[in-house]
Amino acid sequence: MEHAILPPWALLAYLVSGVLFILALRGLSSPATSRAGNRYGIVGMAIAIATTMATQAPIPPGDWWPRPTPEDLVILAKITAAIGLGAVIGLTTARRIQMTAMPQLVAAFHSLVGLAAVLVGLAAYLNPHAFGILLPSGVINPDSRIEMGLGLAIGAITFSGSVIAFLKLNGNMSGSPILLPARHVINLGTLVAILGLVAWFTQDESLWVIAVITALSFAIGFLLIIPIGGADMPVVVSMLNSYSGWAAAAMGFTLHNTAMIITGALVGSSGAILSYIMCKAMNRSFISVIAGGFGAEASAGRGAAREQRPWKRGSAEDAAFLLKEAENVIIIPGYGMAVAQAQHVLREMGDLLKKEGVNVKYAIHPVAGRMPGHMNVLLAEANVPYDEVFELEDIQGEFAQCDVAFVIGANDVVNPAAKTDKSSPIYGMPVFDVEKAKTIMFIKRSMGGVGYAGVDNDVFYMDQTMMLLADAKKMVEDIVKALAH
Amino acid sequence: MDFIAILSIFVLACFVGYFVVWSVTPALHTPLMAVTNAISSVIIVGALIAAATQGGGVRAAASSWLGLVAVLLASINIFGGFAVTARMLAMYKSKKKG
Repeated sequence: MEHAILPPWALLAYLVSGVLFILALRGLSSPATSRAGNRYGIVGMAIAIATTMATQAPIPPGDWWPRPTPEDLVILAKITAAIGLGAVIGLTTARRIQMTAMPQLVAAFHSLVGLAAVLVGLAAYLNPHAFGILLPSGVINPDSRIEMGLGLAIGAITFSGSVIAFLKLNGNMSGSPILLPARHVINLGTLVAILGLVAWFTQDESLWVIAVITALSFAIGFLLIIPIGGADMPVVVSMLNSYSGWAAAAMGFTLHNTAMIITGALVGSSGAILSYIMCKAMNRSFISVIAGGFGAEASAGRGAAREQRPWKRGSAEDAAFLLKEAENVIIIPGYGMAVAQAQHVLREMGDLLKKEGVNVKYAIHPVAGRMPGHMNVLLAEANVPYDEVFELEDIQGEFAQCDVAFVIGANDVVNPAAKTDKSSPIYGMPVFDVEKAKTIMFIKRSMGGVGYAGVDNDVFYMDQTMMLLADAKKMVEDIVKALAH
Repeated sequence: MDFIAILSIFVLACFVGYFVVWSVTPALHTPLMAVTNAISSVIIVGALIAAATQGGGVRAAASSWLGLVAVLLASINIFGGFAVTARMLAMYKSKKKG
C-alpha cells in the first residue's frame, strides 16, 4: 500500500487535534467549563487545518527559502479564498440566526457536512494518487474502495436527509408525515442495492458504480425522512448528527487520518446517544421512529371520538392573582413557547413573581422543542439562570408541594394518559405529574387543537385546571401587566 | 498505519465518545449538537488534500475543483458551528453571577 508518507510530527499533530476535540465535548459537562471546551475545539480544528496545509500542499524548497511556483500560489489563493468565503458566510449566519431557529440551522449544517463528504469521496475516486490509495498496479486499493463507497453513501444520506429535515423544520414543507405506499419495501430494496454496489465496487472501479451508489444514497436519505412527522424531529436531527460523524469517520479510514477517525467516532456516538435519549423520553423504539408515520393515524380520527366535557376558562387577571398568592410555581415550557417567542416575557413574569417572594422553577422535558436541549437554550437566551431550570427526574417529586403548574406551549408531556391509558399512542412516555399541583394553568391557543400525538388531554378538564386561551406571548404579557398593578 | 491500528483507534474513540457524551448535561444538548457539527467538518482535511493537488489530466483537475467546493462547505460549517456554539454558551448564566 502506497500511503502518503507523513512526517511523524504531522501524525502527532493530528492526534493532538483529536484529543482537543474530546476535551471540547468534555467541557460541555457543565455550563461553567463549556466555553473553554469550545475554545479547545477551535484550536484542534486550527491544528488539523494547518498540519494539512503544511504537509499536503508542499511548496518545493529552494536553497534557503521555499520557492513557490506560480501554480502553487494560484492554488494557495484559491484555498484561502474558499476558506475566507466560508468564514464570512458561516460567521454571518451564526450571528444573525434566531435561537428559535436553531434546529433548522443545525439541520442545514449537517447537510453541508454530508455534501462535503460526498465531494471528498468523489475527489478521492478521481485522483486516488493524491490520497495515497493507488496501488502500484494502477488501481485503487480495494480496502479503500469499501471505505470510500460507505463514506459516499453515508455522506449522501446525511445530505438529502438533512435537507428534508431542514425544509420540515423551517416550515417550507409540511411537518406531517408523507407516506408512500410500500415505502418499507422501497427503502429496504434501496439499502440492499447500495450495499450490493459497494461490494461490487471492490471488483469494478468504473465511474457508473460510484455514480449509482451516490444517486441511490441521495434518494434513500430523502425517502427515509419524508415519512417522519414533526414530533419525531428531535430524533431525526440527532440521527443525522450521528450520520455526519460516521461519514467523517469513513473518510478518515480512507485517508488513515487519526483526527478524522477520532472525531467521526465522537460525533457518531454523540448523535446515537442523543437519539437514544430522545426515543426513551417518548417511550418509542428507534425502529418505530425510523419507520415513520407517527401522528398520522391518530390525527385522522381526531375530533370524532372526543366528547364534550366541561372545562374552566380563566383570564390573565385571575392567573396573576393566583400566581402572586402562590408559594411554589413550576413553569413547563414547550415548543409552543418557542413558536410564540414568549421566552423573554415569560422570564419577566418569573422576575415579578420572584419579587413577590414566589419560588419559581422551570421544568424541561427531554423532548420539549424540536431538538435536544432546545428549551434550555431559549430560556438561557431570555436570561433565565440555568440553576433555575430542572430536568424531568430532578423536579418530578416537587409537584406535590407546587401551588401552580404553569404549562406554556407544551401538551403531550403533561398528559396523564401516558401513565394510565394503555391504548394511548403516548402510553409509557415519562410525563410531568402536573395533576399533583394545587392549580394547573394551561396556556393554549384554543380548545380545538391537540398535541403532536393527536390525543386529548385529561388535564384540560380537571377541577384544578384553569385554561388560559390565547397566544402564549399575548397571554403572558397580560399576566405581567396584571402583576405590575 | 495498517487497518487494524486504524480500527483500534476508531473503536477506542467510540468508547471515549460514549462516556464523554453521557457526561454532557442535558441543558447543553443543543450546543453539543452544534459543536459536534463543527468538529465533524474536520473532513476539511480531505478536502484540502484534493484541492491542493495540481497537474494531471481532466480527472485530477475535476478532483481539485470538487475539493475546493468541499473546502468552502466545510469552512462554512467550521466557522458557523463554533461561532454559534460560542454564542449559545455565552448565554448560559448562573444565578450567583447574575
